[in-house]
Amino acid sequence: MRKKKLGLLVLMLLLVLSTALAACGSDAGDGKKEEGKKEGTKTEDGKNVQDTLVFGRGGDSTSLDPSRVTEGESFKVTVNLYETLLNFGEQDTTITPGLATEWEPSEDGLTYTFKLREGVKFHDGTDFNADAVVKNFERWANGDAEKFPYYNSMFGGFKGDEGHVIESVTADGENTVLIKLTRSQAPFLKNIAMSMFAIASPTAFELGDDQFERKPVGTGPFQFVEWKPNETITIEKFDDYWDEGLPKLQKIIFRSIPDNSARLNALMAGDIELADGINPSDGKSIEDNEKLQLFERPSMNVGYLGLTVTRPPFDKKEVRQAINYAIDKQSIVDSFFEGRADVAKNPMPPSISGYNDDVEGYEYNPEKAKELLKSVGLEDGFEMELWAMPVPRPYMPDGKKVAEVIQKNLADIGITAKIVSHEWATYLELASKGDADAFMLGWTGDNGDADNFLYVLLDEDNIGSNNYTYYKNDELHDILIAAQTEVDEEKRNELYKKAQVIIHEDAPWVPLAHSTPLLGGAKNLSGFLPHPTGSDLLSKVEFK
Amino acid sequence: MLSYIGKRLLQLIPVLLGMTFIVFMIIRAIPGNPAQIILGQQATKESVEALTIKLGLDNPWYVQYFKYLGDLFKGDLGESMRTRAPVTDEIWPYLAATFELALFAIVIAVIIGINAGIISAWFQNSWFDYTAMILALVGVSMPIFWLGLMGQWVFAVENPWLPTGGREEVRDPVNAITNLYVIDTIIQGRFDQLWQVFRHLILPGLALATIPMAIIARMTRSSMLEVMRSDYIRTARAKGQKMFWVVYKHALKNAIIPVLTIIGLQMGMLLGGAILTETIFAWPGVGRYIYDAIGFRDYPVIQSSILIVALFFVMINLLVDLLYSLIDPRIKYD
Repeated sequence: MRKKKLGLLVLMLLLVLSTALAACGSDAGDGKKEEGKKEGTKTEDGKNVQDTLVFGRGGDSTSLDPSRVTEGESFKVTVNLYETLLNFGEQDTTITPGLATEWEPSEDGLTYTFKLREGVKFHDGTDFNADAVVKNFERWANGDAEKFPYYNSMFGGFKGDEGHVIESVTADGENTVLIKLTRSQAPFLKNIAMSMFAIASPTAFELGDDQFERKPVGTGPFQFVEWKPNETITIEKFDDYWDEGLPKLQKIIFRSIPDNSARLNALMAGDIELADGINPSDGKSIEDNEKLQLFERPSMNVGYLGLTVTRPPFDKKEVRQAINYAIDKQSIVDSFFEGRADVAKNPMPPSISGYNDDVEGYEYNPEKAKELLKSVGLEDGFEMELWAMPVPRPYMPDGKKVAEVIQKNLADIGITAKIVSHEWATYLELASKGDADAFMLGWTGDNGDADNFLYVLLDEDNIGSNNYTYYKNDELHDILIAAQTEVDEEKRNELYKKAQVIIHEDAPWVPLAHSTPLLGGAKNLSGFLPHPTGSDLLSKVEFK
Repeated sequence: MLSYIGKRLLQLIPVLLGMTFIVFMIIRAIPGNPAQIILGQQATKESVEALTIKLGLDNPWYVQYFKYLGDLFKGDLGESMRTRAPVTDEIWPYLAATFELALFAIVIAVIIGINAGIISAWFQNSWFDYTAMILALVGVSMPIFWLGLMGQWVFAVENPWLPTGGREEVRDPVNAITNLYVIDTIIQGRFDQLWQVFRHLILPGLALATIPMAIIARMTRSSMLEVMRSDYIRTARAKGQKMFWVVYKHALKNAIIPVLTIIGLQMGMLLGGAILTETIFAWPGVGRYIYDAIGFRDYPVIQSSILIVALFFVMINLLVDLLYSLIDPRIKYD
């Protein structure tokens, strides 16, 4: 009796085990997997057309009103729902026509005239015209920093504030808008092209801001359908889009898949057709997979090691330079970026106008580093804290491992570095208070302007916000301020080149790398051009 | 019975109050200013200060705390600092997602765990016993992260049987009514979607069930072993009762009480959301919601959602206590 039951159990267990083993046993080769289910519509000739794109990304959007947020996941969606007066180039930050077809600065650089595109409608049927543009600018100018944080930082405040750059925005007839500035602002056109200054339907936002950010209405190629928080945002083709023949897709579903490896699994399983945030170490496996293709986002970032200049011995220039010489940047790029990054020598990437290629980066030279330390009486080295980034970012895929390399490099010149890591928000807070000796951080450009790197990250005005090193140099400050109002491109670039020389000499940072963020997509995906700002316009994407 | 329930519910008030206080103090003790995080790295000092004042974060902690309590008693859970939506509106879909997954996982864990425990005890020291208990040990100590990713790899990437994550087939989304997708699809008669929802539950459900399953199996086994040695079991067997009935009817009834306690605790734990499982399987549950809120220092969301989760936890434990008397008539609450 007992034996019989046992026998039965053995049989059952064997069955379970064998199924499990069979499942595990299948080899890791590609290609044998059948295509995942794809929704499609049939065309007249009966061909199955794939017209829905599922885009997997790391996080959910915070809001669908771009003017109210600062984080990139929101802009990824809104850039497809709204349009700006001016656009960036397809894969760079040159200025191209957007909702405005022509633009003209006045002689003194204080008044800009925008000719608007005609025959454009918002998704709710409202006409796009000069009046709509004015209403959008009025909405922002009458807000505050909590409501419109980017407006505040790009245009120097709000109506009535001393630093506010925009004096007035007026309509001149149906299709012309005049924007008057209080003082010239060199990156003004680039600012106007940023996704947060997208023109929204006045009819929609006049119903109330809180309602509007969940029910966005723009003029973009796609219109909003549904938002399931932390899950999906669905947008579909806007039939009355002004640019005939676009968009090519019927529907785009943005899916949040927080874990990078899980997102890659989803891509390989065919659950999604496009995935961002691919680890550099997974790039090769995508290239080798015949069903997938790898996309490289043009680099517009910098990853660096900041040296807090108020904390001894980092108050000595020689020590900071020594650390620059001590760190083997090339091997960091090779090991942790899988070569998909350039070694940095300036605080901004080469793609940005004004980049100084004549600056000679600090080469890897431990001997020279030791000499420099000796020159200030620190030949026996010292102890310091080295803060490692706790989260992966495109400009720093694995902060802790990079920190270990730096630790080793520093040990070679006699410096004992203790690696410290905090939870991310804590990390930023403490670093901005100047509590770190040396900390890793990075920056992705917003509008491709040198000011957005050099002034924002290294000017004394930004100590306490983005200048985490507390670096202060009056000569540099004067140059950066002059460059902000210099409208002549060539003169302006000269100023920035000079600024980079000063920064190089003072060495408040060890610039590490300009990385190329990776994306993976289905092989039959075409027309996808990743944008350096991280907000990808998907109107030309289709399946072949 | 009713007076007992009433008493227990009254006891909850100081417990929950104490909890609000502890959570309130802890999240304010960690560095990080919500205003700075909301405004982003670009923000100027002045605008951060202005927002800090607007959010009332410049007030002394007791002012903030009592204001929060006051709102709570009015039934106002506050508003997310980040998304500006009321927590009450925001949290429901996340709770529903977590509830659905937790229930699915606990059902698997209970069915497999209890039976494995019973059989192990029944055939103590047999090979089944050893295998089951080794598996249970592995189950308790298995890193969910690894297990989840391997599950995806084997059952979704290499063999396209199951989806890699999410709650539904996104190309054919469920029309959410209650946000419990199993119920929503049944209400709408969309049995094709119900099947999809079920398929999406399997991998995360199994991953989530592993640990409770192992714990339940071990608890059931030890509890059963104790009961199987008692006199009344020997009597039942001497009477010639079939072994199956002796085990499943007579022994189990006495052995189940401590197991029930464990199930209650585990269910409560699962309802708190499982961050790892939710992260790997892109499950939009309450665990990730709270985790994200902590990253953003979104105080109202952290406070209120932990309160709600805690409330669930104590309610389930109350329910378990009441179940005791249903199963064992000797236990009376009067």
